[in-house]
Amino acid sequence: MITTTIPESVGGPAIAVSGLTHVYSGGLEPVTALAGISLEVRAGEFCALIGPSGCGKTTLLHILAGLIVPASGTVTVPTRRNGRLPAALVFQGVSTFPWFTVRENVEYGLRVLGVPAEARRERALRHLEQVGLTAFRDAYPHQLSEGMRQRVSIARALAVDPDVLLMDEPFANLDEQNRLLLQDELLRLWQASGKTVLFVTHSLDEAIRLADRVLVMTARPGRIKSEVAVPFPRPRHFREVRRDPTYGALSARLWDELRDEALKAAGR
Amino acid sequence: MTTRRADRWLTAASPVLLLVTWEILSRTGVLDPRYVPPPSAVLVTLAALVRSGELPYHLAVSVRRILAGFLLGAVPAVALGLAMGLNRGVRAALMPVVASIYPIPKIAVYPLIIFYLGIGEASKVSIVALSIFFLVLLNTMAGVIGLDRVYFNIARAYGAGARGVFSTVAWPGALPAIFTGLKLGMGFALIVIVGAELLGSDAGIGFMIWQSYQIFDVEKMFAGLLVTAVLGWGATMALDAIERRALPWQPWAQL
Repeated sequence: MITTTIPESVGGPAIAVSGLTHVYSGGLEPVTALAGISLEVRAGEFCALIGPSGCGKTTLLHILAGLIVPASGTVTVPTRRNGRLPAALVFQGVSTFPWFTVRENVEYGLRVLGVPAEARRERALRHLEQVGLTAFRDAYPHQLSEGMRQRVSIARALAVDPDVLLMDEPFANLDEQNRLLLQDELLRLWQASGKTVLFVTHSLDEAIRLADRVLVMTARPGRIKSEVAVPFPRPRHFREVRRDPTYGALSARLWDELRDEALKAAGR
Repeated sequence: MTTRRADRWLTAASPVLLLVTWEILSRTGVLDPRYVPPPSAVLVTLAALVRSGELPYHLAVSVRRILAGFLLGAVPAVALGLAMGLNRGVRAALMPVVASIYPIPKIAVYPLIIFYLGIGEASKVSIVALSIFFLVLLNTMAGVIGLDRVYFNIARAYGAGARGVFSTVAWPGALPAIFTGLKLGMGFALIVIVGAELLGSDAGIGFMIWQSYQIFDVEKMFAGLLVTAVLGWGATMALDAIERRALPWQPWAQL
């Protein structure tokens, strides 16, 4: 069951999930992907979600984005308003439509929402400028690097002006240098926009670097195992964060939480 | 870029080399010119056929049949292929029928078609339509099925309904495969129409070749074959050009 409400006030929960369970019944035997997940993400918060492979992270995001109807539990995300999407999902890997130009890709959500052509063009160009791709507005995705394509995906999500940005390992396919650049860019965009972000990742470093708070999931069936607050001030600079002694302690703490689950997921 | 230029040069040079060799062999009598006339003689015959209006007439008849049959076959094939690609139920229901009719050589159905529709234009157009229908259908379906699921998910995550998913994902995503089907189909259409005209017809390139055989006009037979080859080549070029126009997003479209 999905209920949707407007977040009560700034600082209240933008996402509230309670007792969420989901079972996939398509295969030979039913697979319990999520077993009683409860979590809250405050409005304006950058929250990372880490967990071992196959723990149901993507399932959770797909439920929040409305792609999957969960078996049981309640999910609260902001309501849909005119010309806006409550929660926009940035997909794993590269997910631009190859048959649309960069601008058409960024306009996509607005087009589906029924925003008139002139207005959506203007909004798309504004978001392209934010990610530094104005010069490539008429290019097709195959002419772009992977990092640039992922920027297009992010611009497409931001163009629908969502309250919540759901990100499913958006930088997993990038090389390390591009990943660092895009992380910086995402933090900048997030700070300028005040959006709530739920960011799924495999990478401990990425979680610590980006998030205010890291949620650790168990191996399948997925539950929230623990949460770890990340104390570094904003705006963050990678080099300073790396040098901070707290960084190593945080990383070790997260790995302690995650290690058993990763072993379970690997079948040991 | 040098390699590409070299490729282009080879592409142009190889048929010329073949024709020159043929000309020499035929003129020196290595090939008996009564059976294998030199290309120059075929060209002279061709020019005469053009002047007399005989060739343009037969060519126009064949081209008209191909175009009409192409439209008649391709339009429903694309529609049905999209439906089969998008809907598992439709696919399950129709796939056995399609899979069993597809491999029948369509020219073998021609006598039956003549029996139903007579020897006139309807039977020619129908055999062309029938011969390309399954090719286009199967390619269209494969194009939809082969699309990465993530594109459908993106569309749905942004709130697209069935129509939105169709017009922004399934249709543009399947177009490259549809063009592959159309290009394959064009070759088949040519094979089948010339075959059908040989078997039972009173006009068309195939009929012209058959008529030449009956009066042992070898040069005219070669002229007919040459026209058929050029027609096929031209049709492929035309479809390629349309495809590049329609699919500017394909990596090779900007070549």
